[in-house]
Amino acid sequence: MSRRLPHGGSRIDRSRPVTLVVDGVPVEAYAGDTVASAILAGDHGIVSAGIYTARPRGIMGIGQEEANAFVQVTSGAGEPLALATAVEVYDGLAIERVAGRGWLADGPDPSRYDLTYAHAEVAVVGGGLAGLRAAAAAARRGARVILLEDQPVLGGAAEGLSEVAALAAELAPNPLVRMLTRTTVTGSHGHRRLVAVQRRTDHLGPAAPTGVARRRLWQVQAGEVVLATGAQERPMVFADNDRPGVMLACAAADYVSRFGVLAGDRAVVWTAHDAGLYAALELAAAGTRLVSVLDVRDRVASELARRFAAYGTRVKCGAQVVGTDGDADGRLTRVHTRSLDAGGEVHSYDVDLLAVSGGFNPAVQLFSHHGGRTRWSPEVAGFVPDCATDGELSVGGAAGDYTVIERWRTPLTAPETHFCADVADDEADRVFLDPQRDATLQDLRAAHAAGLSSVEHVKRFTTIGTAADQGKGFGVLAVGVLARELGRPIEEVGTTTYRPPLTPISFGVLAGRTRGDLSDPIRVTALHDRVSHAPMEDVGQWKRPWYFPRDDEGIEDAVRRECRAVRTGVGMMDASTLGKIVLQGEDVGVLLDLVYTNLFSTLAVGKVRYGLMCGPDGMVLDDGTTARLSEPEWMMSTTTGNAAAVYDWLEELLQTEWPELDVRLTSVTEQWSVVAVAGPRSREVVAAIALDLDCSAEEFGFMQWRETTVAGIPARIMRVSFSGELAYEINVASWYGAALWDAVAAAGASWGITPYGTEAMHVLRAEKGFPIIGQDTDGTVTPYDLGMAWAVSKKKTDFIGRRSLQREQMHVPDRRQLVGLVPVDGSSAIMEGAQLVAHESDLRDPPVAMHGHVTSSYLAGAGGPFALALLDGGSEREGEVLDAVDDLVPVAVRVTGPVSYDPQGQRRDG
Amino acid sequence: MLRIPCPHCGERDETEFEYGGQAGVAYPEDSAVLDDRAWSEYLFYRDNPRGWFCERWFHTAGCRQWFVVERHTVTDEIAGPPRADFTAKRRT
Repeated sequence: MSRRLPHGGSRIDRSRPVTLVVDGVPVEAYAGDTVASAILAGDHGIVSAGIYTARPRGIMGIGQEEANAFVQVTSGAGEPLALATAVEVYDGLAIERVAGRGWLADGPDPSRYDLTYAHAEVAVVGGGLAGLRAAAAAARRGARVILLEDQPVLGGAAEGLSEVAALAAELAPNPLVRMLTRTTVTGSHGHRRLVAVQRRTDHLGPAAPTGVARRRLWQVQAGEVVLATGAQERPMVFADNDRPGVMLACAAADYVSRFGVLAGDRAVVWTAHDAGLYAALELAAAGTRLVSVLDVRDRVASELARRFAAYGTRVKCGAQVVGTDGDADGRLTRVHTRSLDAGGEVHSYDVDLLAVSGGFNPAVQLFSHHGGRTRWSPEVAGFVPDCATDGELSVGGAAGDYTVIERWRTPLTAPETHFCADVADDEADRVFLDPQRDATLQDLRAAHAAGLSSVEHVKRFTTIGTAADQGKGFGVLAVGVLARELGRPIEEVGTTTYRPPLTPISFGVLAGRTRGDLSDPIRVTALHDRVSHAPMEDVGQWKRPWYFPRDDEGIEDAVRRECRAVRTGVGMMDASTLGKIVLQGEDVGVLLDLVYTNLFSTLAVGKVRYGLMCGPDGMVLDDGTTARLSEPEWMMSTTTGNAAAVYDWLEELLQTEWPELDVRLTSVTEQWSVVAVAGPRSREVVAAIALDLDCSAEEFGFMQWRETTVAGIPARIMRVSFSGELAYEINVASWYGAALWDAVAAAGASWGITPYGTEAMHVLRAEKGFPIIGQDTDGTVTPYDLGMAWAVSKKKTDFIGRRSLQREQMHVPDRRQLVGLVPVDGSSAIMEGAQLVAHESDLRDPPVAMHGHVTSSYLAGAGGPFALALLDGGSEREGEVLDAVDDLVPVAVRVTGPVSYDPQGQRRDG
Repeated sequence: MLRIPCPHCGERDETEFEYGGQAGVAYPEDSAVLDDRAWSEYLFYRDNPRGWFCERWFHTAGCRQWFVVERHTVTDEIAGPPRADFTAKRRT
């Protein structure tokens, strides 16, 4: 049976029939319908089911206040939990009804999403009459205006009124005015910043033009914000208030005027204000038989009451609905009422529609998003904006001013604040205060019995207001019921905090174009195309060669071969990603003495020193080598991932703490390409291309640097080593990077020079016990914990972190300290992140005392698998056997010192 | 989205900046003379007023200058022009 009226419906185009598919069944509708209006017209009363109770649920509202009608869109790109009152139909639209929970599509979303910034002197949220009037007033004084309307058409509650058309016609040609429909402002983020989502092609379905973004995210920065968001109709509650067939009265009337759909043939209407009574008259005029009309108030203006006589009924004052019955499918069949007086006269009516209206809630969500406070207004019977915040003005329904909403429903008698029928305890589990969460009055009473009285606590205990509609339908109602249960005035109870987003936003629209490769900058070095055939590892934003497989070699074999080459012959790697900062000025030494734990000011020109950097709390921040290029010029290197953080840190200190220091900083990370040549044969390779350089250990010692020419390229060579082997880092201007790589490869060919990647580099450094800051440390690790007391100056009067390191607690013996681990069986893999527990702990009997955790682990060590770990009192526990547990699987490990290779450091000179 | 008034670049979006916490917490002249309590106060203890608050901002994605802004922690209102005086606590 169709509930479509033969005439009417301002939004629908009866010349354009469309067919949508609901759970595989075709449903006839018209262009302009929403999924909700199409389902109502098709008399498919049931639109969802309770997530826990599986109780059938119907459409209650017509806008964002709808709490039941969330559906799964399965055509096109699909969408989980789409609001049926907002989804416009198109031919072939397919939806499925769900029980409170949707699902994500299997594949990636093929849609395109955009981001646009807009600036306006006045931003108006809501294109109803109040919003249009505000926009027109601003436009008339020459302001740039942006007006954002959630619905496909302007007008809001005044949809169809001639003033709407007149104002729209006035604004449309103004080049300073931009009006967007199908655009939901989802957040008001302070300082007059709005975020909105525009649905550009959703309503077109397959007819959507290609190349047009499906949705657009608008970042709107305004000088003033006018919130003309209107008001949302509030239900009232009673036993079995969630039956399909129970609707909001004004929503039911609006389905007639907008979509030509009559929701019921025989109705009981229950209201607390005049607008609900006008809605009843509109339903009656459209053909609904008013079986009974109840009002909670003692009296209703006679002028209004008299109009019901024409429909053969009258308004029963001081009455309430107390319960409903349904058919086998759960649809409404009967309404039970009781008078509010002592007599408690009861009646029952056989109907297919119960239209209720408890008043309106000003839509104050956006107003509240960044701290706007609301207060209860008994005159309005709703929470209204209280103290306005910066440059924001609420108007119309959003401010509790309903003169616009009640355009043809002019109030004659004040509304009553009424939320709930009298409900006995044995019915409380059938009084739904959040149907989408299946939360009931019983849950609320349980919260109260548990001692909760704050509305925020009750919300979290009961989950009321936490579903996809965020309490727009039932939230204030639940506050009212809570106040009644607590016996406190509603103004004392107050509302919960509203937070963005107002309506759900898909991750796709937030990500916009910044997906996949565009989600973050990808940094490659100047010689990337020389190494890009290797599998890459992401290190921060950098792509670094991970290992260089030969033929069908796997990672383990490749890394073993690369490590062997560096230990026994010569290897080369692209080390360009290390952070590089040039420091210039008279006071660089002073600054470096402050930021490094060891002494730098005494470093001679031509020398390089390793430094450890701590925060004021004494925890290790970064490490690296710094070379003195000339008296006033130094070059610092940082770890790859920390380059920006170290630069920021130095800049902060120079600007805010010691501005009197003469130091200038320049980031030169990308200006230099660096090729590391490492291994006992590296001297021969470097000597073959650095013809002017005396590479002997006597002339060019460890931790020195030289300016020279390499294969005809001006270069700085540093004798630093991250592998413990004899090594050189050749620095050239970045545009020579590829040429340098080729020259080193050619010169090293006769020694079998082997390119190696980050994995081999990690194995080689870990064998030497060199920590990676950020991997082997985590912000709770001091230089002492790393066994690097030698890097902490005892001479300096101060450095950042010194005072913290003097605390007794920093020197207690059971601190977590860096150790090495080997598997007892010599072959098992030790998992990174594994917890260290006593050997043969009973893992089935938690808690199991944790002694530490594995920070780095490698299979390809010279002596087999090994790991680094932080272990309680580790420096005193060498030889001890522990279990490294990952996912409940223990691996027996023996504690060693952190340095497993060449502990005497005899290999650095080759 | 706060709009932060950079003294060099003008009012810009908060996303261009880094927050630097309470202003006026200077690195101690002589940390060695501080007892553990005094040192921990420098390290960890910060004001958390409900009201006006002098705080440091760093224009990371702009001029890369640090400066001090006085902001109301409830309303987010920003008072007066920004300053480069990092010892400032409260405007009088």
